[in-house]
Amino acid sequence: MAKKTKIRAKEKDGIVIAKVLMSHPMETGLRKDKKTGKKIPAHFIQEVIAKAGDKTVLEAFWAGGVSKNPYMSFKYKGAKGEMLTISWIDNQGGSASKSAKVK
Amino acid sequence: MKRRTLLKTSLAASVVMAVGSVIPGRVMAAYPKAAFENKDAAGALNDMFGTSDYAESGDIKIKAPEIAENGAVVPVQVSSSIANIESISIVVSGNPTPMIASFNMHGSEGFVSTRIKMGKTSDVLAVVKAGGSLHATRQEVKVTIGGCGG
Amino acid sequence: MRKTIYTIVVSLITSMIGTLALASTPTEDLKAFQQYYMDRFPDTPKSDFNNGVYSIDAAARETFESIEEFAPYEIDIEKGEELYHKPFANGGTYNDCFGEPGVRHLYPQFDSETGKIVTLESAINDCRKAAGEKKLKYKKGTIAELTAYMAYESRGNVFDIKIPNDPRALAHYNRGKRHWYSKRGQLNMACADCHWTNAGNMLRAERLGPAFGHMTHFPKYRAKWGNLGTPHRRFAGCNSQVRAKPFKAQSDEYKALEYFLTYMGNGLEANGPATRK
Repeated sequence: MAKKTKIRAKEKDGIVIAKVLMSHPMETGLRKDKKTGKKIPAHFIQEVIAKAGDKTVLEAFWAGGVSKNPYMSFKYKGAKGEMLTISWIDNQGGSASKSAKVK
Repeated sequence: MKRRTLLKTSLAASVVMAVGSVIPGRVMAAYPKAAFENKDAAGALNDMFGTSDYAESGDIKIKAPEIAENGAVVPVQVSSSIANIESISIVVSGNPTPMIASFNMHGSEGFVSTRIKMGKTSDVLAVVKAGGSLHATRQEVKVTIGGCGG
Repeated sequence: MRKTIYTIVVSLITSMIGTLALASTPTEDLKAFQQYYMDRFPDTPKSDFNNGVYSIDAAARETFESIEEFAPYEIDIEKGEELYHKPFANGGTYNDCFGEPGVRHLYPQFDSETGKIVTLESAINDCRKAAGEKKLKYKKGTIAELTAYMAYESRGNVFDIKIPNDPRALAHYNRGKRHWYSKRGQLNMACADCHWTNAGNMLRAERLGPAFGHMTHFPKYRAKWGNLGTPHRRFAGCNSQVRAKPFKAQSDEYKALEYFLTYMGNGLEANGPATRK
């Protein structure tokens, strides 16, 4: 499965509103497989880093309580044309990184 | 489309390796595992911040539905006018592990929005750490069993 | 609580009076069908019925709009776009079959050559078969990613399902209509019991959506599923919930139901994919 991340970042009056959508199952480890009755192993993004250029603007810690295909929005001081990079790692060592230009 | 081979070694080791490869040269806090695994809301705050004492604050706003459409996807937005916010955390006391998410702000504005899971009707607690102390506000979100959607 | 049950019982009885006449033409049916919902929900503008239950439930709509702001299906649209334009092994593409991706609002169609109903999903597999590709599964996964992209490209176009004056087309239409109004399953409930008679009423904690606009937004991303599903995946769920044995996806029965129900929404704008609870 492709690990897709979508980023929208728009600047207005010096403030960038960033919206991020990540493709991830976000399994808590508590759910059971309906067919086998076995527990589905925990599999969730546990850390997300947002960088404007090379400066970290936000660091998020998550557990399985964040919904499947997670969404996150935040605001920071920034300018049009800057790069916003979102990187995440999950509890099984999976990771992804994606950049987008602030519009 | 490359599928990453899962590391079967210790979790900590795999995480360190992954962080190292994705986010070079970062100097950040470690993943607060104990807080996320604590089954008690106060305990989780204690694990995260070293205290579970907070001041009720009118300067924090939670935007969340009164009744969740579906407990699997509950939009929650937290904003605050408190100065110098270090972090915003979302805690759901009724969940098996109440600590849902914690955002370290690194100078970004006092605003986060995300979507969370809720197992049953419960308070959503937004905890803001600023100036070394904790401030919080809460809102109840009702989670019902639907007829067709639930 | 007691009042709700009473309301439902009374409504179930009156439902037998309120249904569309069986001998009417599709055009007459459509007019009566849409008018019924517009009379029942006078505060909802006609064009807003394509938002399903959110067209009549302001509180639920807030959550819906918050999720639609950056909906999980946007990743599927992106995947669907890649899939749609990726050439088959023989060099052909979906465009050779469809002309353009934005055709969601034109399906299902009656095929006068075969006498059968062609849904968007069956047309995709027909296209693949002609190109020597393997068929896709019909309820979710790749096919829903493709239709998500196609639906997205169709947004804003008005649904215009045709029922030609051909007894075979009318037979499909009437079969779908019969399915919709027939009681079935251990709970002995028809689609119409919930989504016609009791539209807007509560079923336990759930507000029942009007059927006018039920087909405009597929494929849909349901929070319950955690991914996208096609119309027939939803139909199977509805049938199961009244404890009836579901029909197969792309069976003649479900194709007929989709034909009837989509036709009933003619005039509404295509707005798929969309999120539902």
